[in-house]
Amino acid sequence: MSHSIAQLAQALRARRTSSADLARQALDAARRSTLNATITLDDAAAIAAADRADRALAAGSASPLCGIPLLHKDIFCTHGTRTTCGSRMLENFVPPYDATVVERLAGAGAVAIGKANMDEFAMGSSNENSFFGPVRNPWDATRVPGGSSGGSAAAVAAGIVPFATGTDTGGSIRQPAAFCGITGLKPTYGRVSRWGMVAFASSLDCGGVLARSAADCAEVLRAVAGHDPRDATSMDVAADDYVAALSTSLKGIRIGVAREYFGAGVAPGVAAVVREALATFERHGAVLVDISLAHAELAIPAYYVIAPAEASSNLARYDGVRYGHRCADPASLEDLYTRSRAEGFGAEVRRRILVGTYALSAGYFDAYYLRAQRVRRLIANDFSGAFAAGVDLIAGPTAPTVAFKLGEKSDDPLAMYAADVNTVAVNLAGLPAISVPAGFSEGLPVGLQLIAPAFAETALLAAAHQFQQATDWHRRVPGAGA
Amino acid sequence: MTPSPGPSRPSMASEDPSRPSMASGALGLLPGALGLLPGVSHLTSHGSWQPVIGLEIHAQLSCSSKLFSGASTTYGAEPNTHASVIDVALPGTLPVPNRAALDKAIRFGLAVGAQIAPHSVFARKNYFYPDLPKGYQISQYERPVVSAGRLSVRVDDGRTIEVEIQRAHLEEDAGKSVHDAFHAATGIDLNRSGTPLLEIVSAPVLHSPAEAVAYLRTVHTLVRWLGICDGNMQEGSFRCDANVSVRRSGETKLGTRAEIKNVNSFRFVEKAIEYEIERQIRALENGESIVQETRLYDAAHHRTRPMRSKEDADDYRYFPDPDLPPLVVAAADIAAIRATMPELPAERRARYQAELGLPEGDAEQLCVDRATADFFEALLAALKGAAPGSGAAGASPHGQAKIAANWVLGELAAAQNEAALPIEAARVTPAQLAQLLLRVGDGTISGKIAKDVFAAMWRGEGDADTIIAARGLRQISDSSALEAAIDAILAEFPKPLADYRAGNDKLLQFFVGQAMKRTKGQANPQQLNALLREKLAP
Repeated sequence: MSHSIAQLAQALRARRTSSADLARQALDAARRSTLNATITLDDAAAIAAADRADRALAAGSASPLCGIPLLHKDIFCTHGTRTTCGSRMLENFVPPYDATVVERLAGAGAVAIGKANMDEFAMGSSNENSFFGPVRNPWDATRVPGGSSGGSAAAVAAGIVPFATGTDTGGSIRQPAAFCGITGLKPTYGRVSRWGMVAFASSLDCGGVLARSAADCAEVLRAVAGHDPRDATSMDVAADDYVAALSTSLKGIRIGVAREYFGAGVAPGVAAVVREALATFERHGAVLVDISLAHAELAIPAYYVIAPAEASSNLARYDGVRYGHRCADPASLEDLYTRSRAEGFGAEVRRRILVGTYALSAGYFDAYYLRAQRVRRLIANDFSGAFAAGVDLIAGPTAPTVAFKLGEKSDDPLAMYAADVNTVAVNLAGLPAISVPAGFSEGLPVGLQLIAPAFAETALLAAAHQFQQATDWHRRVPGAGA
Repeated sequence: MTPSPGPSRPSMASEDPSRPSMASGALGLLPGALGLLPGVSHLTSHGSWQPVIGLEIHAQLSCSSKLFSGASTTYGAEPNTHASVIDVALPGTLPVPNRAALDKAIRFGLAVGAQIAPHSVFARKNYFYPDLPKGYQISQYERPVVSAGRLSVRVDDGRTIEVEIQRAHLEEDAGKSVHDAFHAATGIDLNRSGTPLLEIVSAPVLHSPAEAVAYLRTVHTLVRWLGICDGNMQEGSFRCDANVSVRRSGETKLGTRAEIKNVNSFRFVEKAIEYEIERQIRALENGESIVQETRLYDAAHHRTRPMRSKEDADDYRYFPDPDLPPLVVAAADIAAIRATMPELPAERRARYQAELGLPEGDAEQLCVDRATADFFEALLAALKGAAPGSGAAGASPHGQAKIAANWVLGELAAAQNEAALPIEAARVTPAQLAQLLLRVGDGTISGKIAKDVFAAMWRGEGDADTIIAARGLRQISDSSALEAAIDAILAEFPKPLADYRAGNDKLLQFFVGQAMKRTKGQANPQQLNALLREKLAP
């Protein structure tokens, strides 16, 4: 199913297909797939939703998403469908409520066929940290799809669904989108409600979308964005018409090229592809401006203090008392806690809980947590300074390399964390960013990241869309040759 | 809200037992004189040691829903029926602050002249406990909504002390562990989880159990007066932890403190602190040192015992809650709340003394809760309304206020107490009581008969005029009728008459009694007295 949302919407209205057919095709494709991109497929719920969509279409529904199948990252709570967050801890957790994102997409008539695989509690950059097994990259099954929204990215790239939801705490939408050759949008923090999104690091977590194009991302964002009274950090900012603005030309757009994003860790092949993509922007009227983001190198250490600190607290509720995994025959309360958590959480989650607990502990709080927060402000100031100095967008490679091999970094957490170097700063600053396919290196997709000022998704999506009008990288599909 | 089980003023007074007697009188100091000498109250009972006490009061805010969820806060429901997905801390749920709780916190802050933070911050207090569903409690830590307030507190010995309130912050309550409902297992009830609390923290400026309890009572009165907390200690809506240390008199450094947890009555607070002071003094005088620890008060044995020491105390890893942006309070919000602030108990007490001429004790007792004070005001208004500007109850305005106060604090309080009804549920309204007092004032009945009429009114037999008419209680002021009665008595008791005339003045009361008996108590007492004296004269 390598069609765009707009193509499918047209086919549905022309009666060339039905929502029920699309849902069945997607469910079949997911079952045939060897990528391990899904954790749960909910046929009954999918078919029921598809039938509703078909009736709505017959009644003339104007919603562009009506009848379109999708996967939800298994971090979004789905009423009646288990929500594991990639963890043994929540292996059998069935929420009695929908996440706002789930509710809004259902309201737009989109048809969820199930839940996408992910790194446990969204902690990881390779999708190797899932209790349900690693996801494989559709371009090369020996490679990782990126993470933590690896199942979402692989499923879209493999054509199982035209789009999937994801979450991005430090790059978890953009990096897998880059590794899988698709488009991934991380909106401004506060643009999309976090209600029903299992928390990893609350001040950084951001719901978003992985799709085949910026235009499709715009359609989905239009459906999910907007203030939600159930999330106190959701911003009451008027939602623009992201779709209508897509035709805005690149002429005169000033793109800041951050020299720090082309540092020593960036593979030469990746840098070359991104430089060429930037040249494409320039050919279409954009102005490239050399800029510096002075504190870029501090983003990783700051992120890997703040995110684990918040996680250590957010994950305290998984204690084996009320729901979730509980160890057998606890001998005492202490035993109940320690064994339930040791058995329920994987190694990376345990590691981050330990790191975060340490960073918040008396005597270390100032040196780690507070210092990281000060760095966070410096990083945010770098961005706002650049935008204030007149650039409209900031660009660079989404990830320093193409998709790496399964197992290549799984024993080296620091190397794994370093792969997030270009994405985490955006979360620390709360900005919107998108990764678009920009070409190939070593036969694997390379992503270009564009970053915009807060709540400037319209400009961000328009620039990405104009680039995709000028290129066809986003139309390449695995197996069809790169 | 469940009504408190009894009229609050009398029941609380009854909780105040005999304390070790205060020695200010014995020292030859006038009551009140100590008020001019802050910090010397330890002279009263602790020798050369000065106790230093600070209280942390948890007042449950009277909000219909929880601090961060829409679940009900009603007490006493079936376990876990008032626990939403947020209170149970299901994954992906998020807290949204209850603005009504913030308004109540601000109301308290304004009442104690405190600073209201334009931005206050919720923080997470992290610890594991089965009845703490999130694994952290949302509280305020570095930036509380209320800081730097003061409260004037009258101590029983007549002194008034100024107590600094360091801060008052919003936080959510935990659930409850139920240890006795299941065999070999503990149940968890999350109905209370997320209930809004205001934690009111005093500076360590209290120097005796009596001062601590007086402060606690003043806060208790204030929060109920403001309508922000029902003050019900049995249900845990108002509870207190006490930080207690002692130091040598003259020492300025604080001693090592112990924290006494969750003491749930005024009497126990006083006893627990008293015990703890004695324990610490004894230990220090024996050359031992005080361990910083949390202690529990054991009411059955009147002692405190260690709960946990600082070594194994939790590191709460406080940090700002990333789910909650700072609470913003605009100057206009504060102004709007200020505009609806009631006259405070201290202000009303002062007014009763200055404008109504009430004695301090009466003013104090009337203002012990707002319902009592409001009843009194309504009674005064009804008296004035019935006969404007006339001193209706046959008295000057000051005399009238005193009569009204006597009735509210006397007959009414006694009836309430006996029926275990709060004044809000009193069976006689201010208007009805006013009618009764007017009948005393205009001479229709005597004060003594009025008490019987009141009792009948309380029993629901009708209003004062109906009862007076039905029972024929109208006072006899007709002098020919009174003269006839007196003549009959004098004829009946020649011997006492002779003795009286021989100089035994005390027998006057005998004749008054006999005349009252003969008139069934309905004789106008002043008139009777005058006529008797006249007739008894030799």
